[in-house]
Amino acid sequence: MSRPAGGRGLPSAAPGPAVLSARGEEAVGDRALRYFCVAAAFVPIGLLLVLTLVMLTSAWPAIVYSGAKFVTGTVFTFGNLYGGTPTVHNGVSAPHNAQYGAAPLIVGTLLTSVIALAVAIPVSVGGVLMLVERIPHRFQAGLSIFLELLAGIPSVVYGLWGIIIFGPLLAHYVSPVLVRVLGFIPIFRGPVGSGQGLLVAGLILAVMVVPVIAATTRDLLRTVPILHKEGALALGMTRYETVKVVTIPFIRNGIFAAALLGWARALGETMAVLMVCGNALNIFPYNIYAPTITIAATIAAYLDGALTDATGMAVRALAEAGLLLLIITLLTNSLARVIVRRTSGAALPVGRGF
Amino acid sequence: MALRSWRSIQDLLFWALCALALCAIVGPAVWIIVGLLRDAGPLLNSRLLTHDTLHLGLQNAILGTLVLAFGVLVVAGPVGIGAGIYLAEFASGRVASFVRTFSEVLAGVPSIVVGYTGYVLLVVQFHWGYSIVAGILALVTIVTPYIVKTTEVALRQVPDNLREGAIALGLTMVATLRKVLLPPALPAIITGLVVALAISTGETAPLLYTAGFSDRNPVPALTHQPIGYLTYIAFTDIQLPDQSAHQLANAAADVTLVFLLVLIVVGRLLAIQSARRTARMNL
Repeated sequence: MSRPAGGRGLPSAAPGPAVLSARGEEAVGDRALRYFCVAAAFVPIGLLLVLTLVMLTSAWPAIVYSGAKFVTGTVFTFGNLYGGTPTVHNGVSAPHNAQYGAAPLIVGTLLTSVIALAVAIPVSVGGVLMLVERIPHRFQAGLSIFLELLAGIPSVVYGLWGIIIFGPLLAHYVSPVLVRVLGFIPIFRGPVGSGQGLLVAGLILAVMVVPVIAATTRDLLRTVPILHKEGALALGMTRYETVKVVTIPFIRNGIFAAALLGWARALGETMAVLMVCGNALNIFPYNIYAPTITIAATIAAYLDGALTDATGMAVRALAEAGLLLLIITLLTNSLARVIVRRTSGAALPVGRGF
Repeated sequence: MALRSWRSIQDLLFWALCALALCAIVGPAVWIIVGLLRDAGPLLNSRLLTHDTLHLGLQNAILGTLVLAFGVLVVAGPVGIGAGIYLAEFASGRVASFVRTFSEVLAGVPSIVVGYTGYVLLVVQFHWGYSIVAGILALVTIVTPYIVKTTEVALRQVPDNLREGAIALGLTMVATLRKVLLPPALPAIITGLVVALAISTGETAPLLYTAGFSDRNPVPALTHQPIGYLTYIAFTDIQLPDQSAHQLANAAADVTLVFLLVLIVVGRLLAIQSARRTARMNL
């Protein structure tokens, strides 16, 4: 007798027991369907495992070669790819004078993503509060299209917009004002640069992160019990006080999780950042307008050149950077989902914010 | 009285800031689309469709993008929908949440990491070279979680009494899916495929080192033949020093944007239809 399929107590949509023939066998089609679906369900898990394994194995020699220098070193160079005696570290050899110090990339990645979050969190939460609490219901779906648009616009289109429209505008009109008004803070001091750098990259990332945070916050806001809000209003609170006392505390953890997801998205974004970051390898940004580069952008920009390294170490060094990025994004994503599952019923959006 | 008015000013100020924030969400979306499409008129001419990228057209890139997107649908569609059906109909609570978490975390993996893995594993290890299959598989890795999610959500919106009715009638699972569960869920499931399409026409990072690039039209070879795509032109040609290359990059970005706008409209229509069907079921 074959085992009845399905029906192992799903809370909401409990499937029934499998339909069995008189002899107690599951229909052939049903069994095929079940096997196919199980196999399909394990594809994402398999893919994630493959990604992690491939990154780990290709990065391993570079991890051994660089050791802690990978995080502390400030020079990232593939070395002399055309000759010279190989440099040997910890038993692993690389081209002459190759150094894989990723500190500037890590700093660039962190700074751009922090700028992005600093802008995107208040904008998303405030904008969505307005959308859900104050805008008439029939306009809400229409305005939500803009979130879909921001989530769907390809990364290179953001980059192109940054190069030809947003970056120049920032450098000509906004940055000089920032220098004049906030110039007493060292990082806001000039020169304002060419319109490619930390600030542009951070702001474009902010626009790309907004759909992730805003879509989550919107769904969370709809879970806030209406009676609590009405109670607060009935006590004579203003709408602002209701938001402060009732709504925000209710969804605080969810917003934190959304911010984590947004952070992961900002860390991993490649093309738009690569196009507007100014591509500055081996320098720490000296002010907020200065050129920089991120881990993801470095991989996209230099894998091409790394392929010419006959020892293969350059490719592996980039893998190490990618592995670091992968680990951080896996951790932030998982943590965000755990937090949301523990505290509220709302589902988090997937990936770019759909 | 003074206290009261301070509170109402505070209230006003807060909501003014919120309104400003909403403008900061809507603004960039409008700005990007209008800013790029405003000058698109002269750029988008029939030359783009009849010449390849060497001769300032986009024929090979448009065809390549379509081929890749079609390949992604063929592979990721069945897998994603199957996994979604598993999550909604077969899996027990704990297994489902395990699988779901992995799928959602996969969607958070940076696209360049996917591209790198595709390069190391498919292009080098499997000796496929820059190829259509490598590009498609990299994109499949990225879009599958979206299809899984929308399929699961779509099926969960079908009320349980329909399932119970199907069981009472003695329908097999295959028949239940075909006749009872899929028809009302279909528009929402297709929305997931539309999202997958939108992402696969817009991605660049996973393709750079898997699909490579080619100035010629796609050839019917799964491996060893690189393939062109639109976003590559938008990325590289804007960094070339001459005006015609910039225009080509702009045109490529415009075409991807138009693709996206069409897909968003389609997705919206499907969502409306899906809402109608759900409403009818819950009567």
